[in-house]
Amino acid sequence: MSNVTLTIDGKQITVPEGTTVIQAAEKLGINIPALCYDPELSLSGSCRMCVVEIEGMNNLPTSCTTVVREGMNVKTKSAAVVESRKMILELLIADHPLDCMTCQKNGNCLLQQYAYEYDVKEISFQGIRHDYPIETDNPFIVRDMNKCINCGKCVRVCSEIQGRDVLNFAYRGFDTKITVDLDLTLAESDCIFCGSCVAVCPTGALLEKNMIGKGRSYEVKKVKTTCSFCAVGCNFDLNVKDGKVIGVTSNPTSAVNGKHLCVKGRFGHDYIHNPNRLTTPLIKKNGEFVEATWDEALNLVAEKFSEIKKEYGNESIGVLSSARCTNEENYLMQKFVRAVIGNNNIDHCART
Amino acid sequence: MKSLKELRNHLRYKYLKLNRPRVSIGMGTCGIAAGAEKVKNEFISEIKKHGLDVEINITSCIGMCYREVNVEVDIPGKENVVYGDITPKKVERIVEQHIINGNPVIEWAEFQMLAEDGTSIHPIPDMEHTPYYHLQTREVSARCGRINPENIEEYIATGGYEGLENVLKQTPQEVINNLKRSGLRGRGGGGFPTGQKWQFTRDAKGEKKYIICNADEGDPGAFMDRSILEGDPHSIIEGMIIAGYAIGASEGYIYIRAEYPLAIKRLQIAINQAKEQRLLGYNILDSGFNFQIHIKVGAGAFVCGEETALINSIEGKRGMPRIRPPFPALKGLWQHPTNNNNVETYANVSLIFREGVEWYSSIGTDKSKGTKIFSLTGKIAKTGLAEVPMGTTLRQIIFDIGGGIKDGKKFKAVQIGGPSGGCLPEDLLDLPVDYDSLIEAGAMMGSGGLVVMDESTCMVDVARYFLKFTQSESCGKCTPCREGTTRMLEILERITAGKGKIEDLNLLERLARVMKTTSLCGLGQTAPNPVLSTLRYFRDEYLAHIEEKRCPSGVCSNLINYRIDPEKCVGCTACARVCPTGAISGTKKQPHVINTEICIKCGACMDACKFDAITRI
Amino acid sequence: MAGLAASFGSGAMTNSFKDIENTSLIFLIGSNPTEAHPVLALKMRKAIRNGAKLIVADPRRTEMADIADIWLPLIPGTDIPLLNGLMHIIIKEELWDKEFVKSKTENFEELIATVENYPPSEVAKITGVNEELLYQAARLYANTYEASICYTLGITEHVTGTNNVINIANLAMLTGHLGRKNVGVNPLRGQNNVQGACDMGSLPDVFPGYQKVFNKEARQKFSKAWGVELSDKVGLTIPEMFDDAVNGIIRGMYIMGEDPVLSDPDSNHVRKALENLDFLVVQDIFMNETARLADVILPASSFAEKDGTFTNSERRVQRVRKAIDPIGNSKPDWQIICELSSRMGYEMHYQSASEIFDEMASLTHIYAGMDYQRLDKNGLHWPCPTKDHPGTEVLHVGKFTKGKGVFIGIDHIPPAELPDEEYPYYLSTGRRFYHYNLTTQYSSSLSEYHPEELAMVNPKDAKRLGIKKGDKIKITSRRGEVITSFEITDRVTEGTIWMSFHYRDVPTNVLTNGVYDPVSHTGEYKVAAVKVEKI
Ligand SMILES: Cc1cc2nc3c(=O)[nH]c(=O)nc-3n(C[C@H](O)[C@H](O)[C@H](O)COP(=O)(O)O)c2cc1C
Repeated sequence: MSNVTLTIDGKQITVPEGTTVIQAAEKLGINIPALCYDPELSLSGSCRMCVVEIEGMNNLPTSCTTVVREGMNVKTKSAAVVESRKMILELLIADHPLDCMTCQKNGNCLLQQYAYEYDVKEISFQGIRHDYPIETDNPFIVRDMNKCINCGKCVRVCSEIQGRDVLNFAYRGFDTKITVDLDLTLAESDCIFCGSCVAVCPTGALLEKNMIGKGRSYEVKKVKTTCSFCAVGCNFDLNVKDGKVIGVTSNPTSAVNGKHLCVKGRFGHDYIHNPNRLTTPLIKKNGEFVEATWDEALNLVAEKFSEIKKEYGNESIGVLSSARCTNEENYLMQKFVRAVIGNNNIDHCART
Repeated sequence: MKSLKELRNHLRYKYLKLNRPRVSIGMGTCGIAAGAEKVKNEFISEIKKHGLDVEINITSCIGMCYREVNVEVDIPGKENVVYGDITPKKVERIVEQHIINGNPVIEWAEFQMLAEDGTSIHPIPDMEHTPYYHLQTREVSARCGRINPENIEEYIATGGYEGLENVLKQTPQEVINNLKRSGLRGRGGGGFPTGQKWQFTRDAKGEKKYIICNADEGDPGAFMDRSILEGDPHSIIEGMIIAGYAIGASEGYIYIRAEYPLAIKRLQIAINQAKEQRLLGYNILDSGFNFQIHIKVGAGAFVCGEETALINSIEGKRGMPRIRPPFPALKGLWQHPTNNNNVETYANVSLIFREGVEWYSSIGTDKSKGTKIFSLTGKIAKTGLAEVPMGTTLRQIIFDIGGGIKDGKKFKAVQIGGPSGGCLPEDLLDLPVDYDSLIEAGAMMGSGGLVVMDESTCMVDVARYFLKFTQSESCGKCTPCREGTTRMLEILERITAGKGKIEDLNLLERLARVMKTTSLCGLGQTAPNPVLSTLRYFRDEYLAHIEEKRCPSGVCSNLINYRIDPEKCVGCTACARVCPTGAISGTKKQPHVINTEICIKCGACMDACKFDAITRI
Repeated sequence: MAGLAASFGSGAMTNSFKDIENTSLIFLIGSNPTEAHPVLALKMRKAIRNGAKLIVADPRRTEMADIADIWLPLIPGTDIPLLNGLMHIIIKEELWDKEFVKSKTENFEELIATVENYPPSEVAKITGVNEELLYQAARLYANTYEASICYTLGITEHVTGTNNVINIANLAMLTGHLGRKNVGVNPLRGQNNVQGACDMGSLPDVFPGYQKVFNKEARQKFSKAWGVELSDKVGLTIPEMFDDAVNGIIRGMYIMGEDPVLSDPDSNHVRKALENLDFLVVQDIFMNETARLADVILPASSFAEKDGTFTNSERRVQRVRKAIDPIGNSKPDWQIICELSSRMGYEMHYQSASEIFDEMASLTHIYAGMDYQRLDKNGLHWPCPTKDHPGTEVLHVGKFTKGKGVFIGIDHIPPAELPDEEYPYYLSTGRRFYHYNLTTQYSSSLSEYHPEELAMVNPKDAKRLGIKKGDKIKITSRRGEVITSFEITDRVTEGTIWMSFHYRDVPTNVLTNGVYDPVSHTGEYKVAAVKVEKI
């Protein structure tokens, strides 16, 4: 494939044929704002935030859909471009709730970020606003279509990645709305709550229900880890605040799964703080479990195992290790069995 | 191919040399709406009553929509007379006086077609010399209203499929070269050179290619495509077959709105008949070329006329435009290279290849060749269709052909190009109509709708009207169009309600600029045109609404009031009786008054007053 | 595991997920990834979107079956004759990879002799699959250059589990779909770290890295590293441990992070075994059914509270990172083991999980090149023997781990228990999308959404049984009974009941059969005979 050289904001760059302007700009470290663009999804070109000025072109083309050509001269911050972006933001905000103060997405919202970057303070348009009911009838996802900017990323991720086509555009013009099937709720549909739509939503229209009110994005520490459910080994960020896991969010750098997870990975980890967690050692006395200290419990176990070994021989103890535990723990457990108990009676329930 | 020529000669004889009288009734949608069906039945029963041997035939609209129902009476060896405004009551006299006794009913006759020997009946003008037709050049629409569109034989007899025959003797590339030389530009609005477009699709890599005919005709007030579809469907089919041959496609789609049931029916009949004649299907005229055509009926959303939205719609998806590039020529229907043209464009194609490139390119202006059909609507005296050479001026079209303004009022503006077009004022009436001059003036050719406005039209209200249309037809995909049309409409509604501010004009212009330059498809890019052109040519009307809270044309109901002049009022109570809201009070024989709080400004009182006592202020 | 090890010498996915994403054909057998491995199902969908073909062999019309090019709806437990039938066609039609078979495998004659007895007409009768479909599937798989087989518990959870796997390996070797990109035999692991638990030697016959306990060299290596003498006697598998517990041979057990009472087949037998012990220690994060029988319960920490690594199904070793401190007084399992070991006279003092990993890597060839720093970003696929080795995405390139791949002819043994007059229905069990084994019950959102077990019943059976939505049914096998709600759906074929095992109040495994595969000792979860009654 041959290369193409172009100029963006006065800087020259050479990129492979077929590269889009937004990609070329990114290589130069020029960040072009975009709301509907996601390299993993098909191009939509609908938000129009990423428009740029290209010498010789009449209108302002979108940089996400425009493929570079030799000698192209692109301006990403010309007066016309900036005016357009501001106007587009004003148009979006004119029908968007201004409740950033309490919005869960605060600090993590692209619309908010661009409004800040482009200094959009006054909204020139006062007029009708939508007033959709907020959808909360499922335990995983809250849908607030008042905050939706119709970027359509959720529609595309549902169709193109999940293959489910639960979401689609309905109605026309100003009333255009992303609906679930025939304007149902997610709970009424075939949705499997993978939450990929939440992962790609740039605003607060789609939110993880379990995280609402639990912490602001800037208070949360994110710890990348590997999922504890199936053997696909998805990675994600545990969101931690004040020593508590408040939820899970995608981490796009995950090698196996990128932004995608299933309902279990994304929404099932609240078991960590289930009140029924065992929090102290227990010893059964007269058929009842009684709380014990670690010393009491471990001493008892050590004593009992040593006794049994002594009385019935090394072969009289069996150990089940776990496919839920880490490699390190499995290693130690089999070492314990082989080196300490003195037999090879170790197995786990998922041998095959 | 020899057989088609033979057939044509045979048919010419059959159809043009009549051996018995023929009555042709104009049965386009406009004719049927005016009662053509009843007129036809009346002819049938009259003819039966008199025991005559007369052929009853149907044709479609001849363009004189203002004089429907049209009936053509054709006596062998004599001139043909076309009557306008025929009702069932008038049929008896035509049968007795004209058909039986050979004396045309002169006072109902619109015009005549001269007989072969040139004889004519005084004082019926011949067609070319009527005010309506004398400036027209009916080439593309020549057959409309003259042949039976449901009979392929009449099409063939009048030179139909001759263009295709000529084309099959050329190589596909020669066909495209010829089309390029003809100078034909797309009639769907953009005016893109058709030959060049075909070349792109021909050159595009792909095993399968498609031809699409855009028969969505969404502009309010435009109906020339419908007229061709109903009046001469084979001319479009022929054009599409030629395109298929030149481009290397073997399948075509006609995308037509469901609101055109008659056109759909006639297209289907035409396709079936063409297949029977082996003009469509496998091995067309033994050339080895295969082509088939499907009809796809659309739900009639304006945006589905945009070619990529149209393609989505054919694929069964929501009618939302796609990003371009890639253009349909490279990746169109089901991602295959696709050529899309407008109905009238295809009709021009069959004409060009029948009559020859040189002849064709001698018509029109330097950069806009051939003719264009316009639909004339609004406050014009003669509503209908007019086909004129490119370069004809607006004044000629509106005043010479269209008969000027209805009811003797004053001309104010003409909106050209539908909701994407602009409103041009009186001092631009001498503008020659061609693609480039119109764009320069802030309007566009569009599909060819001309809406004429008189002095009683409020230009701010007109802008509001068009915005209302584009706003409700926006597909909602891109931000500037979805949100922008809504906010623009809201501002216009505020101004017409007397709540506008002077800053609104600046805001309108800023918003318009962003919509034009950043919208995804033509709908959003052109939606501000009606606003921009009225702001450019009729700014004073905006200012009157904003600064004086006054609608100079007395249209915007929030800005007008009705008042009863106590001097003139005689207390007849007529006004109070018609008032739908009971806003008028007063005792009999005493001057009445209008309670402006309750008045809804419907104007019924003013119409009811016999004493001119009520005025609008 | 055992099956693939017998055929190839290594018992793991031969290829990576990326290869599944890029392949031209996926042959899915006994696997329902949309429910059990949802994110992998996305990769399969992507492959299909890019033109890959899909063959699904499953008694249930799963979602993947819905989008398959060919769906082979076989009678439960007839995988072996199905595969034999496909190979019969491939051999008869000369579609096999002669070069591959000649140069890279051995014992081909045995396979020919076996599959000779499985003509398609016969196979159609045994499996219930239309003969024409068998031909189509055989041709499609054999003729596609890049074709990948994926399977899960639907294949292994049978008495014939090991044989099923061997037969899949036979098919892949016969067509040369091994040892290069985008092909392979890919067992999709169930739990998050099944692969790792096996790799680490949580098995009765091997040390970490599949080094046999009866191999002297291996034993000496570990002896030296750990400073103790080690037993060369292969240990007991789970079912053997339970049998021996019932017989009084096993006296004490230590169960970490498992709930065999609920998750192992024939739970009544398991319960009896555990009750018979002198001493039972359970280490878990929840009070599970097994823990209730324990003498001592040790509270462990969840994965969010500790560092470590998991090895996923494609042999990719990835980091687990500590996000919060242990809940309450709980401790990470590794710390508990260390403390217990020290108290029993064998000192274990590790400062961190990373230190344990390094010790393991130093003794385990396939992990030898890994450390936490190298794993940090994207993890590594084993084998990764040296620090500069990039990891291995495709196994058996050039030659099999074992040298030559071995064909082993496999004959059909019907499931140990088949429907009869008294117990006329097949019972098959599996996993539900919203749940993962047992832990998910503790997720309030997941439980809220799918609060109860719904057995699947075919509409025709429902009609025959006179049951309708909202009723409850009693399902009885020779071993026990459960009462459950159900849904009526044609996703199961007539005569088959399908259930999951996620719910404590519907302990499906009291019904399942305790017989197990003679080699792998996996229980026969997938087929049992039951009767169904309306209550
Ligand atoms: C909103 C919108 C509506 C349109 N509607 C029509 C239509 O009704 N008929 C049509 O022929 N072209 C319509 N077009 C233009 C088509 O996109 C396309 O340019 C045209 O069909 C090309 O044909 P031509 O080259 O023969 O002009 C529309 C464009 C836009 C943006």
